[in-house]
Amino acid sequence: MNLNIFQSWNTRYQLISLAVLGVILMVALPLCLDIFRLNMVGKYLTYAFVAIGLVMVWGYGGVLSLGQGVFFGLGGYAMAMYLKLEASDPESTAIQSTPGIPDFMDWNQLTELPTFWLPFNSLPLTLIAVIVVPTLLAWMISFAMFKRRVGGVYFAIITQAVALILTVLIIGQQGYTGGVNGITDLKTLHGWDTRTDSAKLILYYLCVVLLLASILLCRWIQTSKLGTLLLAMRDKEERIRFSGYDVSSFKIFTFCLAAALSGIGGAMFTLQVGFMSPSFIGIVPSIEMVIYAAVGGRLSLVGAVYGTLLVNSGKTLFSETFPDIWLFLMAALFIGVTMAFPMGLAGLWDKYVTPCWKRWLQARRAPAPQVKAAPGAQAEVSRKVNVSSIHEEIPAGLGA
Amino acid sequence: MSNTDFTLAIEDLSVSFDGFKAIDALTLYVDKNELRVIIGPNGAGKTTLLDLICGKTRASGGSIKFKNTELLGMAEYRRVRLGIGRKFQTPSIYENLSVFKNLEVSFPRGRSVFGALAFECDQSVSARIREVAEEIGLEDKLDTEAGLLSHGQKQWLEIGMLLMQNPELLMLDEPIAGMSAKERELTAELLERICKNRSVIVIEHDMDFVKRIAHKVTVMHQGKILAEGSMEQVQNHPKVIDVYLGH
Repeated sequence: MNLNIFQSWNTRYQLISLAVLGVILMVALPLCLDIFRLNMVGKYLTYAFVAIGLVMVWGYGGVLSLGQGVFFGLGGYAMAMYLKLEASDPESTAIQSTPGIPDFMDWNQLTELPTFWLPFNSLPLTLIAVIVVPTLLAWMISFAMFKRRVGGVYFAIITQAVALILTVLIIGQQGYTGGVNGITDLKTLHGWDTRTDSAKLILYYLCVVLLLASILLCRWIQTSKLGTLLLAMRDKEERIRFSGYDVSSFKIFTFCLAAALSGIGGAMFTLQVGFMSPSFIGIVPSIEMVIYAAVGGRLSLVGAVYGTLLVNSGKTLFSETFPDIWLFLMAALFIGVTMAFPMGLAGLWDKYVTPCWKRWLQARRAPAPQVKAAPGAQAEVSRKVNVSSIHEEIPAGLGA
Repeated sequence: MSNTDFTLAIEDLSVSFDGFKAIDALTLYVDKNELRVIIGPNGAGKTTLLDLICGKTRASGGSIKFKNTELLGMAEYRRVRLGIGRKFQTPSIYENLSVFKNLEVSFPRGRSVFGALAFECDQSVSARIREVAEEIGLEDKLDTEAGLLSHGQKQWLEIGMLLMQNPELLMLDEPIAGMSAKERELTAELLERICKNRSVIVIEHDMDFVKRIAHKVTVMHQGKILAEGSMEQVQNHPKVIDVYLGH
């Protein structure tokens, strides 16, 4: 059946594009870049977790969130709290008036570890918190909003407000959160020094593996009935509701999924960068994360990763080369991309590269008909033509 | 309110929008296996009545019972799961999905989040999809993107999507609007086939079509019922001639 051909081909196409991304991230970049640059790529890739979450919630679910930095931050802070407690053992904090608590607490006249810090003494609990805390907050926000059918611009504004509230809260509660400086001076993970070059390389690979696994998970969801429902819902929400589906539960699930992925990204950020601060979770970073997904193409998981890498590399390049005007150059990039290519890099790829690729495949598989073939080869050629005509029927995929 | 044998029992139903009574103390019963047609001038409240039954609009008072279960205050998707299917006035289908996928999405299994994740389109599902596609005359179009169908085919597809759920009460809002004579004929035949073993409510303006399919006709006017009975009775009703059919 044509549908099956389309699906299996499309799946294969997706797997190939994922494999290409895997080779670039796991082989090409580590070979080309020194450890400083590679660590930087690793940092960018942690944003890609947020970007693929946005592909699910915005591209597929049709719900724009301008507060994904919140979930990124919660995951990052959970990891930072664990690392900070490990770095604040009584010996290394002996000069404090209360040894054994994080330095910023001591500066703020705290004499005891706050209760909500206690679970972060344990690594397993921390790893659970990295995923559960962002998911729980996402569930609370989305349950309250989607059950009341708040959507579109209103939802975007509310998520933005949450991002602002969390930033203000963290900055205001200096003694409990480290305030505007964030949580700094992180050293070891369960006794393993995360600052060495070899640790950075291992963390980079861990980040890549987790990212590829997340993409596979999202891809699996997209190909399940849930993915079809999300697309159908974006098109005709009423029809889905009056076909017996609780529309809000699907939106809540997708939003929580995106939050969980962002939390993992945040934790990997803390591990690779070595600190966490409110400047990574507020309104501006949250909007930047949406831009990564938009540049990559909001329907393409792999595209979102390339979008994240491109925008962040651009940011670094521009700010190093043109320190005075780099913000303007970034703005020009964003406006240019959204005006000229609304479907992002993946849209460009589907429009220009996929057809060429298919033509090339066709030309390779079926030699031009003018070429005189020996009588014996005739059957062989016609068989090949058949194969290529099947390929012609295949519509362009939704991007890499 | 007492229990009845009716599939649908609407009693004393009212709804007002900013003081305007769109439905005014309306009482209506629909029997098992009945095909009821509701006619009436524009603004009589026909579509609003369907909106109230399926839950799109909230009633200000009264009662709607489906198989003796009170519907008012129940979430829309729960009403659907009880066995109420509703077709909208303009064809409401998923344009970017194939006809097959449109029907698959409407299959009543895997309706929860995790149910949908675990859902597999097995033999029984695709057999049912083929069966319904044959019923609505789209068996050759299963792989076509729904947006590419003709207007009439889109209307049939939406009816097919409702049939996938095998509802006990089917509500169709102007199913033949914009159809050619040939398509109207096919739709009439389709309705005659599918009204077996279920109750159907149809809103329609085309009198020839109404004559052809209706078991019983209800005439609405200004949110109230003006007349009810067979097509003949209704056509000869003096009030109906006055406000709707014309002299």
